This record gives sequence, C-alpha cells and structure tokens, in this order.
Amino acid sequence: MSTAIKETQKMIEEVLDAYPEKSKKDRAKHLAANDPSGQCSTCQVKSNIKSRPGVMTVRGCAYAGAKGVVWGPVKDQITVSHGPIGCGQYSWWSRRNYYNGQTGIDTFGTMHITTDFQEKNIVYGGDKGLDAALHELKELFPLAKGIGILSECPVGLIGDDIEAVSKRVAKEFKFPIVPVRCEGFRGVSQSLGHHIANDTIKDYVLGKGELETSTPYDVALIGDYNIGGDAWASRKILEEMGLRVISQYTGDATLNEIAIATKAKLNLIHCYRSMNYICRHMEEEYGIPWMEFNFFGPTKTYDSIRKIAARFDTTIQEKAEAVIAKYKPLMDEIVEQYRAKLEGKKVMLYVGGLRPRHTIGAYEDLGMEVVASGYEFGHSDDYKRTYPELKEGAVVMDDATLYELEEFTRRLKPDMVGSGIKEKYSYHKLGVPFRQMHSWDYSGPYHGFDGFPVFARDMDMTVNSPTWDLIRRKK
Amino acid sequence: MIKIKDHNELFCQPDYQEQFGRKKEFERPWPEEKVREISEWTKTPEYRELNFKRENIKINPAKACQPLGAVFCASGFDGCMPFVQGAQGCVAYFRSHLSRHFKEPFAAISTSMTEDAAVFGGLNNMIEGMENTYALYKPKMIAVSTTCMAEVIGDDLNAYIKTAREKGVIPEDLPVPFAHTPSFVGSHIVGYDNMLKGILKTLSEGRKGETNGKVNIIPGFDTYTGNYHELKRLMGLMGAAYTLLADVSDAFDSPNTGEYKLYPGGTPLPDAMDAVNAVGTISLQRYSTAKTMDYIQKEWGHQKTAVRSMIGIKNTDSFFEELSRLTGRPIPAAIETERGRAVDAMVDSHPYVHGKRFALVGDPDQLLGMMSLIMEMGGEPVHIVCTNGDKHFESEAKELLASSPFGAGGTVYIGKDMWHMRSLLFTEPVDILIGNSYAKFLTRDTGTPLIRIGFPLFDRHHLHRQPIIGYQGVINLVSLLVNTVLDELDRKTIDTTSFDVIR
Repeated sequence: MSTAIKETQKMIEEVLDAYPEKSKKDRAKHLAANDPSGQCSTCQVKSNIKSRPGVMTVRGCAYAGAKGVVWGPVKDQITVSHGPIGCGQYSWWSRRNYYNGQTGIDTFGTMHITTDFQEKNIVYGGDKGLDAALHELKELFPLAKGIGILSECPVGLIGDDIEAVSKRVAKEFKFPIVPVRCEGFRGVSQSLGHHIANDTIKDYVLGKGELETSTPYDVALIGDYNIGGDAWASRKILEEMGLRVISQYTGDATLNEIAIATKAKLNLIHCYRSMNYICRHMEEEYGIPWMEFNFFGPTKTYDSIRKIAARFDTTIQEKAEAVIAKYKPLMDEIVEQYRAKLEGKKVMLYVGGLRPRHTIGAYEDLGMEVVASGYEFGHSDDYKRTYPELKEGAVVMDDATLYELEEFTRRLKPDMVGSGIKEKYSYHKLGVPFRQMHSWDYSGPYHGFDGFPVFARDMDMTVNSPTWDLIRRKK
Repeated sequence: MIKIKDHNELFCQPDYQEQFGRKKEFERPWPEEKVREISEWTKTPEYRELNFKRENIKINPAKACQPLGAVFCASGFDGCMPFVQGAQGCVAYFRSHLSRHFKEPFAAISTSMTEDAAVFGGLNNMIEGMENTYALYKPKMIAVSTTCMAEVIGDDLNAYIKTAREKGVIPEDLPVPFAHTPSFVGSHIVGYDNMLKGILKTLSEGRKGETNGKVNIIPGFDTYTGNYHELKRLMGLMGAAYTLLADVSDAFDSPNTGEYKLYPGGTPLPDAMDAVNAVGTISLQRYSTAKTMDYIQKEWGHQKTAVRSMIGIKNTDSFFEELSRLTGRPIPAAIETERGRAVDAMVDSHPYVHGKRFALVGDPDQLLGMMSLIMEMGGEPVHIVCTNGDKHFESEAKELLASSPFGAGGTVYIGKDMWHMRSLLFTEPVDILIGNSYAKFLTRDTGTPLIRIGFPLFDRHHLHRQPIIGYQGVINLVSLLVNTVLDELDRKTIDTTSFDVIR
C-alpha cells in the first residue's frame, strides 16, 4: 500500500471518530483512499445502501429521480405530481432542462401541476380525484401528447391503484398516461426513481412513435437532460460528425422522440447512472448497441468523438477528424487563456449522476487536479469507472454527510468545491470557492465545444473572484 | 481574449436555430397554426370559465407544505436542529428551497425512512437519528416535525421521543419539542404555526412565574431577514424589552467570517423559556400563528391584540399603539419622524400609483398587508389570489376591500392558483402584478410587469434583505411600486414624446 493511500486512510479514520459506533462502522465502508487500479480491497467503497438516519445525507428520493430527472424534461406531456403539494413545489423548474415550445399550450416544462392531496384523499383514496384531474387537464390543455403521473409517498402508502386509472383514461384519451410509482420512501436515493422511470418509458412509450425515414447514421442521445442547453451543444457535435440524432433522452424531448429511439443504430449514453437501464433494454429487445461517451473538456471530447466514429464507416470517421480539426484551435486558445490562472488548483467534487467522474478530464484540461470525488447515489459500477480517473490516494466518498464534507474540506484544503445548492452556501461561509455543479450555477452549457469555454470561464471566476479575499477571518 | 457565449446568447445563434428546426422532424409537433389557435383560446373568457371550473388539479399553485414552515420556524431558536421524521427526499427539498431563496446554508436532519419503516414504523429511525444528530451536530434543542410518510403510517412522536430518552441516545434535559406537520393539511404557514406552538409549549412548561416586563413579538412565516433587523432597530428606539419568537434572521443572514456556523444564533433558549412571563404577545401575522396565539391566550393568559400586520401605515400605526399600550412606553419622536417621512414619500409618489390596478398572489398575511398599503396610496387591488387562504382570510380580505373606496373593484380568490391568475390577467388586465419569482411566467404570458414580493424569490438577489415592515418598509415598498410603474412607463413611451426625464 502506497504512502498516499495510507495517509488518506488515516485522515478518513480521524474524520469518522466523531460518529457513534454503529454509524461509524457503516460510514467507514463508504469512504476510501483511491487506488486507480481498483484492486486494493479496502480501497473500494460500498454504495447504493440506505443512508443512516440523522447524519444529514445530501440525498433525495425516488420521486426526485423519476420526476426531477427523467420524466420532468419531457416537454409535450403533462407531468402531474400526484400527492401533497410540496414535492412538486420544491422541484419546480429547478433543473433548468431547457426546451423549445410554448409553455402551457404545446409544452409544459416550467409548470407545477399537482393533485394537491388533502386529508380526505388520504382517508378515502385519491383515485377518483385523479381520474377527474386527468379529465380537467385534457380539457384545459388539448395539445398535450400524454400525461405522466408521478406518485408521492402517500399514494403508495394508502394503496391507490393509479395503474387502473391510467389504463382506463388512456384508452379514453387515446394517448399515453404513464403511472410512475416513484414514492419517495422507495429505495435509498434518487437512483431507484431513475430505474422506475426507465421502466415506465419501456412499458408505456418505447417503440410507439413515428419516423418516416431511416439512415445508417441514426443515433439516440441518451442521458442528457439539456441542463442549460447541454444536449443541444452535444447534438451540434454529433450532427457535424454526420450523424442523425433522432432522439434526445430526455432533455427537450417529445414523447415521439422517446418512442422512436428503438430505430437508432447506436445509443449514445452520457449519464450512465440514470439511463443505462433503457439502453440495456433496447440492446436486449431491439439489438441496439450502446456506448458511453464523455463530452466534458476537449481531451475527453476528442477521445469520445473518435470512439463514436469508430462505430461507423469512413465517411463519419473523416468528418469526425474534420470536426476535431475545426474546434481544436479554439479549444487550445481557451486552455491557454485560462490554464495559467487555474494550474495546480485542487478540486473537490461531491455530486450525482455522471459528474463525479465525467468532469475530471475537463478540470485536468485546465491544469486542475481533483483530490476528492463522490456520488450522492452512485452504484459500484459508477465507482469502478471512477477509480482509474482519480489519482492514487484521492478521497472517494459515497453518500457523504454535511459533517464529512466539512471535515474533508478542512483537511484537504481544496481551492474549489463543486457540489449542490445545499452545500453551496456553507462553502461560501467557509470562504472556499464553490460552483454548483448540478445545474451549473445557472450557467451552461458545459457539454461539447460550445460548453467548455463556458466551463473554463466559470471555474476561473469561481477560483479567482476577488470577493474571497475580502473575507476577514478570525485568527 | 475570446468572447465567451453562454446559454443566454448561444442558442439564439443561427446554427442552433437551424438545429432546432431540424429537430422538429423527430419531435412531431403540432402545426404552428394549431398552437396559435389554442394559445389565443386560452386568453378568452370561455377558457377562463373552464379554468375556474376545475376542482381536482392545481396548476402553478403558490404554496408549499407544512414541514417546510416547521423547519424554517425551528431554525429561529439558538442551537436548534430541525429534525424531520420521514422520508429523506423531503428534507433535501426543504434545504434546497430555503437556500435558493436566502442564498444561505440551511441544515436540517432527516430520519431517512424507507420501505421497512413503512411496514414497521419509524421508531428505530428516530432513535438512531437522534443518536447521530446529537453526536455529530451537538444541538441544544432538537425540533421534530414530520413528513407525509410518518403521518400516514401514524408514527407516535411523543412515545418515540420518550423511548429515545430512555435509551440514553440524547440527554434527559435536552428539549425535544415536536409537531405533527402532514403535507396534506394546510400549507407551510400552518407548519410554521404548529412547530412554533410545539416549541413554546415544550420550553414554557412549568415556567409560569413573575412577569419579566418584556413583550413577545412573533414575526410569523416572514422570509424577509431585513424585517427582523428592522424590528430590532425599532424596538431599540421604543426602548422596550422584548423577545422575538422565532428569530430566524441569524440563521438566514449570517456574516461571512470564513467560518461556517451550524447554529449562527436565533432566539436564545432561556429567553424563549421565559416568554410565558411576558406582559403580552404581539403576532405580526394572523394566519401563520393562529394556533400559537390561541395557545398563548389560553395557556399563558396573554390578551389578544389588534395588530394585523406591520405592512403599510395604518398597520404600523396600530402596531406601535399596541406596543405602547402593552409596555406603557410612549411612542418616541424618532418613530413619529419616520412615519412622517414614509407619509411624505407616499404623498410625493401618489400620482403614479393612484388608480393603478393591481393583481396580487401570495400568503394570506402578506396579501392583507400589501392590499392595505396599496389602497393607502390610492391603488386598486383587483385580483387577490391566495392558494393557501381559508374562509377566515376570505372574509377578512373582503372586509378590508370594503373599508376603502379603492377596494371596490377587488375580488378575493381562495384556493386558486397562478393558472387561474393567468386567465384573470388576460380577461381583466391590470397594471401591476405582485407575486413570487414563479409569477414571472405570468409576466411572460400576459406582459403584466411583476413586482417580486413574497416567497420564494429565487431569481433576484437580496430582495429579502430590504425590510418591508414598519415605516421604513413603507418607503421601500413605495419605491418599488412607483419605480416599477415608471420603468414600465419608460418602456412604453421610449419612442414617443412622452419619454420624460422629470417625473
């Protein structure tokens, strides 16, 4: 075992000391010093396990994964938060899944639509009200192409049969009504919500769309939620490579796009965690191969472009090289502009989905080093993909708590931290430069060649803001 | 230096516009003609009628749920950790929601209940949760509220907390108030009320004694940190001893010292414990403190006061009159001077507000305050939409409208939402809309200029730092009102001779 790993392990043990015995034992399994080979047995973290009560986990719930992440961005269906008022209120347009359309007429992305359960619904059940709600929505929004019913906790606890209501009303309306059993108490994090949402895409929408023509270059862009326009920036590259993107999952997507993905020749997946399920299904049922790619930062983007092109003929491969040649001078210039200001800066990441590993290369392009990284709701396959991306001895964190994040920050002294809105302002108080890396701090896109300059600019303004120097610290 | 284009400019560029056009082949959108037709139809009285008929669905409602109000309230007590029994996603949402509004950290605990707790109950979650919370975050008090899950399965908080004490995971003397706060009853203001009542009940038990000569002031579900600072300044001017219950201003407005304090302040627990011995209690909001005030009147023997709000001249007058009566202290000249300045500002600005039509959406207490101020200026509240308003609010709001000739054209809509408001704005247009950040979608659809007052305010910074209560608050609000009217006037007259430089 190397010194770097030993030192990190010692630090982790010190941090864990504050926990009561039972939680300490549990948390120890979720924190490790990185071994890039992934071989060292104590260097692997346990994941996708229940959070301990009372530790202040950062995690959300299945509803957040199903409504907030997967179904919410689908623009021409109405997404109903089925249950009490809060869930829909707090997830209302907070993920910035950009879309084109006229809201409230043919698209519904920025709307908060809920059955607003009252006590009578708990006592007598909510199915009757749901049926009536669906009819009211159909009348008020005649251009909706479908309705998703995203269940909140009470719906599952009182034993409502939303599937029966959906089936009956879908027949009447002649469009998909998708019951999604994503009650927040199911599973251990957002992750199960992704899976449940993927399953409902499979059961209610997939394969039921229209696409008149097909080409050998048809691909689907999976696991991109178009946060700040990410999917559009990625799509731009794929189109310039000569590929035809027939479907976006699920940023700026219509139900038809979701349905016709089965006609793709290759599924390209960015956020593996939230959408690998549907890719595996399409592989098994429709024989569509899928591959992961990474459009954060020029190095990973060039690499991904070449890997994607390798799945096609020379026409695409030549175009791919032309795309790289076209953008490389600009990317070099961006790196030159920002690298001097960011070289050697240490970054700590604690995010979700794909970011804890996918953004590492982009930071490295700017000369920065990721010294700690972790997932709110990762599984072991995410961590396996992460170990090789991090240096030896870097801290790997699973389901970190507020306490741990603060302690690691004190000890690692990162020059910037990338995490979520709940973490952001405690870092501001600590005087540690911070970037909200779930929704790009209301900036973006960060994907592709149009995204990297924005990423570089944002990291620079974060690390090098003069405001940090104004803080008068207690000696 | 390369000019970097982010999303604000990038997607307006021709290459992206062309991309969006190509994407339509796969989207299968409705024909543009059809979209236009439906869009126009949604602006009609016919659509409004249909819209107002719905009973089973809320569209863009302006209310949050009980536990949000509960954790907000709990954070107003020094060393108190808000602790929520139930599923963990809820707490992640409360923390995000409050941080987005205040741009401040907000800590709260979840007991992370999952399927097994749904079957066996949440006792183990409560016990382990208490043990971890106490060990890691060292609170002086743990304030327990609940999510839907714990309420539906019927967790017995009282018994669970007792068991946690018996098991020794928290000290015997650690105060652990609790409140049942189901999301399917009431809204965030009711959750605030229930939690405050729970905290005051726990802290005051067995402490009734000699009067301490202080007055208690309850701000209510008030998300303006500036209001708390203003209140403290005014109480200083009055020279009155007082206790703020609950003082969230430290939790949501702490100075940057390079240190993250989990408990940056709040009402000191000894003060809260002694609140029962005050000469009286004034609540600045009725609907977010109804149960608490009922409890205080019945159990503490404090008299009901006539104070409704501290927004507007008459409401602020009544606050100081009541305060003077309770404390026996005269209203000082400095406060009288402030009143004079506020009135002067209103007199100066009245021509731009007089006769202007206003639509308002928000919480009951804030709406009553704003309606009052608008009518004092000669403005006309026309549409008053209160998603979480009850029958009491409805009649009080109607009475308020009836009290002034400027209220004659006003209608109060309880239980309605911002999609109803959309229909109202299309069919009976107004000059100014007042609401939270989500009301900006109404501005986009209907073109009505928006003044951001309320909660949450996500898309503007620091608005919550400006007080909107007291006479200084009047000046701030008048300035917002009149200058929004003038900005709008400039926008409308930019190509005409009326683009005046003196107004």
